[in-house]
Amino acid sequence: MEPNSVGIVTTQYFVFAESPHELALECGDTLGPVTLAYETYGRLDSAKANAILLFHALSGDAHAAGYHSLEEHRPGWWDIMIGPGKAFDTEKYFIICANCLGGCRGSTGPSSVNPKTGKPYALDFPIITIADMVKAQRALIDHLGIEKLLAVAGGSMGGMQVLEWATQYPESVRSAIPIATTSHLSAQGIAFNEVGRQAIMSDPDWNHGNYYGGTPPNKGLALARMIGHITYLSDEAMHRKFGRKLQNRKELSYDFLTDFQVESYLHYQGDLFTQRFDANSYLYITKAIDYFDLAEKGNGSLVDACAPARAAFLIIAFSSDWLYPPYQNKELADALRVNNVEVSFCVLDSHYGHDAFLLEAEHQTRLIAHFLKHIYEEHVRGGTHEP
Amino acid sequence: MSPEMKAIALRPDLMKIYEIVQPGSRVLDLGAGSGDLLKTLERHKGVTVRGVEISEEGIMECIAKGVPIYQSNLDEGLADYGEQSFDYVILSQTLQQVHRPKLILQEIVRVGRIGIVSIPNFAHWHIRIQLLLRGTMPRTSYIPYHWYETPNIHLLSIRDFRKICAELGIRIRNEWAVSFRKAAMTFLMPFWPNMLAPLGIFEISRR
Repeated sequence: MEPNSVGIVTTQYFVFAESPHELALECGDTLGPVTLAYETYGRLDSAKANAILLFHALSGDAHAAGYHSLEEHRPGWWDIMIGPGKAFDTEKYFIICANCLGGCRGSTGPSSVNPKTGKPYALDFPIITIADMVKAQRALIDHLGIEKLLAVAGGSMGGMQVLEWATQYPESVRSAIPIATTSHLSAQGIAFNEVGRQAIMSDPDWNHGNYYGGTPPNKGLALARMIGHITYLSDEAMHRKFGRKLQNRKELSYDFLTDFQVESYLHYQGDLFTQRFDANSYLYITKAIDYFDLAEKGNGSLVDACAPARAAFLIIAFSSDWLYPPYQNKELADALRVNNVEVSFCVLDSHYGHDAFLLEAEHQTRLIAHFLKHIYEEHVRGGTHEP
Repeated sequence: MSPEMKAIALRPDLMKIYEIVQPGSRVLDLGAGSGDLLKTLERHKGVTVRGVEISEEGIMECIAKGVPIYQSNLDEGLADYGEQSFDYVILSQTLQQVHRPKLILQEIVRVGRIGIVSIPNFAHWHIRIQLLLRGTMPRTSYIPYHWYETPNIHLLSIRDFRKICAELGIRIRNEWAVSFRKAAMTFLMPFWPNMLAPLGIFEISRR
């Protein structure tokens, strides 16, 4: 274990929205009780003013940093950014990360047991949105007794939740760091998500979502993951990583076996994913991503939708990200700027594609560590971020 | 003296701009560089600051100072900023580097009540003499680049600046001739700036 790791961590669980106080969802349904799995790193200060809430992306979970045990091979999904002396410095800040509503890593989702039937929800689980996910996490933050977060941060779908929080609960956050994200997914993005969903739903094992206790639709889910993975990389990243290198062979097979390394890599990633992810959760969460459109809050105007925001923003995009491209991040920065919000915007040069937010530690760290330092110091001095 | 104040003290045009800006105003700096001017204005004059910068390194330095900075190319204009939404819009020694100088000048007086523009004066006598006697592209401490590596694509003189403002219907409210150190003829600079001043600073606005 590296010296700047948060070390061994434990997932905690928060249960709320018990009857009759069920969570009211955007689709009109209610859901309860709701469990959120979450982890925290660092210490909450006595004024409860150093808390930062991180939101994970589509396939992430509450385990953002450190290890669950000495046997665990890989640390949490954003370990490069969270820990002593890292961007989200656990010596200074109290970091919280929860598995999103609809997830399958400890929070209530389609694989959870429906208290009304005693069986997993499957497709009886209501359609959830980014706003619903954020609402659930708001309950967690209230439960932790934190009135105002120092920051909300996250990439991709996590960035959507950052935007939702900053416009829905502007009084409850000092700063916002949306990374590689957008106010609305492009048609291209929706298209890829739909192909992923169709891959799952056309797997006979999917059985209209009723596969719990039986064989899960692993083929379909693996295929969805393979498609997703392509969209997270860039042409250059794939070229650098694989080129046309062959996998465990010197000549072409002249067959439909796995010839190329890139094929082998995608198969491996697909299979790995089926060991930790629920196919129905994949359907629900990608739908939530597709539905998100911040401008709806402003009756179609992104500028109006951003009007309630009061936090100081740091928006980070990556040059080779074609799934959440720099121009979409810029659109967002512009809409906030017009509202006189204090917004910094930066396109970092990277060849990693959308995945850059999980991989580019150095420059992200420089930006985020300094940004948070100033926000925290301003707070200590009693400054505000009113425009 | 704060470190950012020390940094701007090395640039006579920035010191002059620092003097001009009224305390408590709203300032947008186009081509904010490492953010020293904005940080100084914020710290010592309580100014609300915003910056635009194109280089990643500049962005990093501004964030490190706590200066809100926006990565953008000035040639794309300032379309998203509202009319007269800043008290001052600053463009320091950058006009000669943009692709569309006319557009940026019009944008400056649209977005700012007052625009402050500083330019290296290409009609300064040092430059005239170099070109006249040596016949090579001039280099001075204000325009230090070789012709093959210069970022300056639209060099101009103080007179050129006045002419373009007249053509665009932009009012010059004030102008100053400045130089780094007290040169022999500094006292004459106000009388013949286009010959004697290496730098010109202009306060401009809509008519």
